[in-house]
Amino acid sequence: MHAPILQKETLAPGITRMVVAAPQVAAHAAVGQFVILRAVPEGERIPLTIADFDAAAGTVTVIYQVVGGTTLLLDSLLPGDCLPTFAGPLGRPSEVAGFARAAVIGGGLGCAIALPTAAALTRQGCRVTVIAGFRSRQQVILEQEMAAACERFLLCTDDGSAGEKGFVTGRLERLLQAGEPFDTVFAVGPLPMMQAVSELTARYNTPCTVSMNPIMIDGTGMCGCCRLTVGGQVRFACVDGPEFDGHQVDFAEAIRRSRLYRSQEQAAREAACRLLERGPSYE
Amino acid sequence: MNKNPNLSPTAAPMPVQAPARRARNFEEVALGYEQAAAIGEARRCLGCANAPCRTGCPVGVRIPEFIAKVAEGDFAAAWELLSAENSLPAVCGRVCPQENQCQAVCVRGKKGESVAIGRLERFVADWHRTQAGAAPAVPPANGVSVAVVGSGPAGLACAGELARMGYAVTVYEALHTPGGVLAYGIPAFRLPKSILSEEIAALTAMGVTLQTDTVIGRTVGVQELLQSGFSAVFLGSGAGLPHFMGIPGETLCGVFSANEWLTRINLMHAADPGAMTPLMPARRVVVVGGGNVAMDAARCALRCGAEVTVVYRRGREELPARAEEIEHAEEEGVCFRLLANPVEVLGDENGFVSGICCDTMLLGEPDESGRRRPVAQPGAQFTLPCDAVIMAIGTTPNPLLHRTTPGLQADRRGRLITGEGCCRTSVPGVFAGGDAVTGAATVIQAMGAGRQAAREIDRYIKEKSHADH
Repeated sequence: MHAPILQKETLAPGITRMVVAAPQVAAHAAVGQFVILRAVPEGERIPLTIADFDAAAGTVTVIYQVVGGTTLLLDSLLPGDCLPTFAGPLGRPSEVAGFARAAVIGGGLGCAIALPTAAALTRQGCRVTVIAGFRSRQQVILEQEMAAACERFLLCTDDGSAGEKGFVTGRLERLLQAGEPFDTVFAVGPLPMMQAVSELTARYNTPCTVSMNPIMIDGTGMCGCCRLTVGGQVRFACVDGPEFDGHQVDFAEAIRRSRLYRSQEQAAREAACRLLERGPSYE
Repeated sequence: MNKNPNLSPTAAPMPVQAPARRARNFEEVALGYEQAAAIGEARRCLGCANAPCRTGCPVGVRIPEFIAKVAEGDFAAAWELLSAENSLPAVCGRVCPQENQCQAVCVRGKKGESVAIGRLERFVADWHRTQAGAAPAVPPANGVSVAVVGSGPAGLACAGELARMGYAVTVYEALHTPGGVLAYGIPAFRLPKSILSEEIAALTAMGVTLQTDTVIGRTVGVQELLQSGFSAVFLGSGAGLPHFMGIPGETLCGVFSANEWLTRINLMHAADPGAMTPLMPARRVVVVGGGNVAMDAARCALRCGAEVTVVYRRGREELPARAEEIEHAEEEGVCFRLLANPVEVLGDENGFVSGICCDTMLLGEPDESGRRRPVAQPGAQFTLPCDAVIMAIGTTPNPLLHRTTPGLQADRRGRLITGEGCCRTSVPGVFAGGDAVTGAATVIQAMGAGRQAAREIDRYIKEKSHADH
């Protein structure tokens, strides 16, 4: 189904927010779900978690970082262009009901998902602390939105150029040490960051949910490409997830599997560049 | 009854691309009969009055009658007879396991080879494709809408049959290309993609609407379809959930389901130069399984430049793939390691596959399927070095529809439950057929079910409108 791009906005260098008209996806979407999109007809299918949706307006928002060939092509599109595929909403929604106090940890681009998670928890009456981490001030996204979606907003950067200097795990650990009574922690960001938060929360006997984003093709359970080991069982992120109990996820394996096509990524970027040089003839 | 049959004990051979050449390309392997060969082969048919071949066909094609027309050289009449019962003959002529169906019961097969019914079916369908102005008749619309979920063989057959009755049919497909397993699963060297796109175009020419990228159960619910103006829904969602063996090492980098491997190559064109979707370059590939999907995966890997070994736990006689696919794979250079059952996938220090360790098996007493049960021989393990392992050991229906549709019943293996001998599910107005009901089976069986469901849907809608008035 072709989905027209309505808005496109740069949030930070290389990070873009895109609003897409997809009424059926918007009407059924819930926080935590994802879409599969293609940027061009001959393009790869990639999963992106839904950053926001508006059922009344029929729109779905995604936030992406230009990292490979497909995101490069995606970023070449403008409002008025159409995405040839925008399928969803896929995966299970986040379980956000029934918590009194929660910490939501976002790392880098993961803050695009930490924001709707925090907002959904807050709407459920939960008291939410958001800890958002970035490399430096330049990369900070959604600061005001996140601050507005929670009770307490804590910003960290690796170099101290914005908020506190340090990693999100260090900030979370201080809160846990101080006896902060979190019922649960949600972590979304790079795999090593989610692994570190999972290990930390395990030490403090605090439940931790992570949002996994492995390689996928169909997103409906058909290829098994996105499989992970969770609690010793093989699970498919697309239909059993994308959120899992962080204490049960085999992160070492997930990190290895995420690197499967690393040697081909350069070729994909080159293929994308060739398509871009050919001009906008692909619609 | 054919009074003057061609008494040759062997079928006219199918011309094929030379093995060494085709093992390096994705062009069709079997090239099809020329007219003279088709007529000669058709004359081998005895025209049996009881037509055992017809009862061997899941859709009941009038086989002796269409073959008699081929023998007369009246291909247009042959097409009329064939297409009246089979909506995808160009596909079935290529992918049906005829040796287990129509050809298994052919009288000529008792002494010599059966009539090559599949090849003749393909010949007639291909002849028809070359005829200009073959636009399908568009029936008068009856103003009633039916939704079909899934655009594989079951869904396409159901949609075609309903469209011919005048229904307004919308087919929903989760992926971006219609065809289901015909698009993502069966490789182009067995079923050229142009044939599938022509079949789809014929359906849309009859007024069938196709909506791709729509995951029923997620993008739209089954109940919503019924509430939004569709009088009935057919679920032909197939059996797309891949099995893994549950052995150590299956999550190593380089272990793929056959679904993933085939989808990358067939649907995403990952083997083409400059493709956006990556394919792991593998030098030595082991395919686990012995069915058609295993053969397809193996032959695709071969065409990507790998050395390929198929590992199967039973013997040669038990290989479930079509005889022709096994022969073609062997001719192309696929190795078979029979009576071997993987126990562990081995990896290197970076988490990539380095080999597969297997038990040597012996065939014991027959099991419930009637085939001799393979038993591991103690102390006879061996390791095959490889850098990719493709698991082609079967699929089950995707649980998405029954998880998201209240009241829709499925059995323990995820197969949708339908009434005895019919296609009705536990939800009124919702019908199902094909692999979603039977578990993984054949293209033609799914088409047969799609067609049966179309007739039941027609009856259901007529009875309902009668009751409403």
